[in-house]
Amino acid sequence: MSDKPAVLAHDLHKRFGTSVALAGLDLSVATGTVHAVLGPNGAGKTTAVKILTTLLRADSGHAEVLGLDVSRRAGELRSRIGLTGQYAAVDERLTGQENLEMFGRLYRLSVVSARARAETLLERFDLTDAARRQAGTYSGGMRRRLDLAASLILAPPMLFLDEPTTGLDPRSRIQMWEVIEELVRDGTTVLLTTQYLEEADQLARRISVIDGGRVIAEGTADDLKSQVGGDRLDIVIARGGDVDAARGVLARFASGEVSVDADRRRLSAPMNRGAGVLPDMVRGVDEVGVTLEDIALHRPTLDDVFLALTGHHARDEGTATSPHESTTTEELVTT
Amino acid sequence: MSTIISGSAAAVVVRPVEGRSRFVWSLLDAWVVCRRNLIQTWRVPELLVFSTIQPVMFVLLFVYVFGGAINVGPGVDYVDFLMPGIFIQTAIFGSMVTGVGLAEDRQRGLIDRFRSLPMSRGALLAGRTLSDLFRNVFVVAIMLLVGIAVGFRFGDTTVPAVLVGFALMLLFSYAFAWVSAVIGLSVRNAEAAQSAGFIWVFPLTFASSAFVPVSTMPGWLQAFAEHQPITVTIDATRALFLGGPVASALLQSLAWCVGMLVVFVPWCIRAYRRSTGG
Repeated sequence: MSDKPAVLAHDLHKRFGTSVALAGLDLSVATGTVHAVLGPNGAGKTTAVKILTTLLRADSGHAEVLGLDVSRRAGELRSRIGLTGQYAAVDERLTGQENLEMFGRLYRLSVVSARARAETLLERFDLTDAARRQAGTYSGGMRRRLDLAASLILAPPMLFLDEPTTGLDPRSRIQMWEVIEELVRDGTTVLLTTQYLEEADQLARRISVIDGGRVIAEGTADDLKSQVGGDRLDIVIARGGDVDAARGVLARFASGEVSVDADRRRLSAPMNRGAGVLPDMVRGVDEVGVTLEDIALHRPTLDDVFLALTGHHARDEGTATSPHESTTTEELVTT
Repeated sequence: MSTIISGSAAAVVVRPVEGRSRFVWSLLDAWVVCRRNLIQTWRVPELLVFSTIQPVMFVLLFVYVFGGAINVGPGVDYVDFLMPGIFIQTAIFGSMVTGVGLAEDRQRGLIDRFRSLPMSRGALLAGRTLSDLFRNVFVVAIMLLVGIAVGFRFGDTTVPAVLVGFALMLLFSYAFAWVSAVIGLSVRNAEAAQSAGFIWVFPLTFASSAFVPVSTMPGWLQAFAEHQPITVTIDATRALFLGGPVASALLQSLAWCVGMLVVFVPWCIRAYRRSTGG
C-alpha cells in the first residue's frame, strides 16, 4: 500500500439545526494502522464516521477515504469500505446465514459466492453453530460479530467501527479486540471510535481525542500520556526510616519536586526517565539505610489525559468539572 | 475489483459480479430486499393475522350491525355495495405497514447499513413497497373469500372488468405505500409512523363512499368526499365489480395514482438519501 493516508479529513464542519456536531475536525489515518477517535458522548465521533462513510454530507470541509472524495465518489467508495455502526445493524428476523447472504447479494456477489462467503465468515466469527438461528436470539456479542462479519463481506481495505464494544460484556469485548487486531495484521486500516480509554490504549497506534466537534489532542497513547507529565514514582518507607534522607535520594532521580507525606511515610515524585532508573534508585535508598516498604511507578492512564485536556472524564458519569481542571484545559489547548 | 483474503483456512476470492446494467442491478437489489421482507412476514405471521382480523370485523360490523339501517339505493344489496370499500380500506391500511417497517429499519441502524452498501439508491424502497404489495394481494384475497361467505357477489360485469378492478386497487395501494414510506422516513420511530399513518388515513377512508353513499353526507363534506382519491377509486371498483358507468371514476382514480407516485416516489428517495438512524 502507498504512503498516502487512508483517511484524510480537513476542517470538517457539520451542524444539525442549532447544535454544532463538528467544528473544524481534522483527521489523518495512516494506511494499515488502527486509529482511535476518543471522546465522550456528543463529541462528534459518530457524525465524523457518518461523513467519512458517505452517510452524511459535511456542511464544509474536505474528506478523502482511500484517495476518494467522500461526496464526489461516494458510489465507488462504498464497495471499498466497511462500516459497523453503534447498533448491531442486522435483521433480527433473518438467521445469521440469511443476513450475510442478503448483504453479500447487495454487495453484488453472485448467489453462490454470497453463500460461500457467508459460511466462511460465520466460521471465522465463531457463529457456525448459530448460523440457522434468527439473529434476534443472539447475545449482544454474537450480534456485534455478525454485524462486523457483514462489514467484511468484500474484505474492504478500510473499516470504520463506531463504538464497536459499547454495551458488551468484558469477555465479548476482548474477543472483539482480538478480531480487530487480526484484521489489522491482515492489512486492514481501521478507524474506530470509542469512549473507552482502555480500548484506544490497547488497540490504536494513534489516538485523536475529540471534544466539542474538533480534535483537541493527537498522538500515540504514550505521547498523550507524557502530555500530562509522564510517570509518577511513589515509595513508602519502613517505620522509623529517615524521611529526609530518602527525599534526598529521590530528588536525584526525579524530574520535579518531591512531595512528602510524613505521617504515612509516603514520598512521590514525577519521573520522566522510565523504569530504567529504578534499580539505581533502590540501591541509593538502601545506601542511606532506609528500607522500602512499597514502590510503584504509575503510568498515567488515558483518563488522566482526558481529564487534563477536557476538564471532564471521558465518560461523563456525573463527574462535575472543577474550576481547577478547566484552567488546565485552557492551558493545554492554547499552548 | 477483486480481493484476496488471507484467512484462517483457505484464501477466498471475493469478486462482485460485473457487467450488469444499472437497471438490472436495481431490480436485483430490490428483489433481495423484497425477499427479506417476505421472510420477515412469514416468520411473524401474527402481524398478517391481525391485519386480516380488523377488516373482517369491519365486514361483520357493517353487514350485520349497521347495514340494515343504511340505504344504498333500490336494487342494491348493502353487502355488494360494502365489499369494494372494504377491499380498498384493507389495501390502504396494509400500505401503512410500509412506513412502519422503514421507521423500524432506521431505528435499528439498518438504513445506515443499507446506505453504506454499493446497492442502488431506490432498491430498499422499491423492495419494501413491493413486498407490501404482495402482502396486500394476500390480504385482499382473504377478504374476497370473507365477502363471498357473507353474501357478496359480482354483479352485471365481466371477468376482465373484475381483474381491472383488483389491479386498480393494488395500484392505488401501491401509491399509498409511497406516501406511507415518506412518513416512515420522516418520523422519529416506528410507533410514531404507526400513529402518523392512521391519523390521516382513518378520516379519509370514512369520509368516502366506502360505507355509505356520499349523497347522504352534509353538503360541505360531500364536496370533499366526492372528489377525494379513495372515493373515486371505490366508485370505479364498485362499477367494475357490480356494473354501471365506470369511465369517469376510473380516469380520476388513475390520475390520483399517477399524481401520488410522481410526487411521492422522488420525495421518498430524497428522504431516504438523507435519512440516517441514531
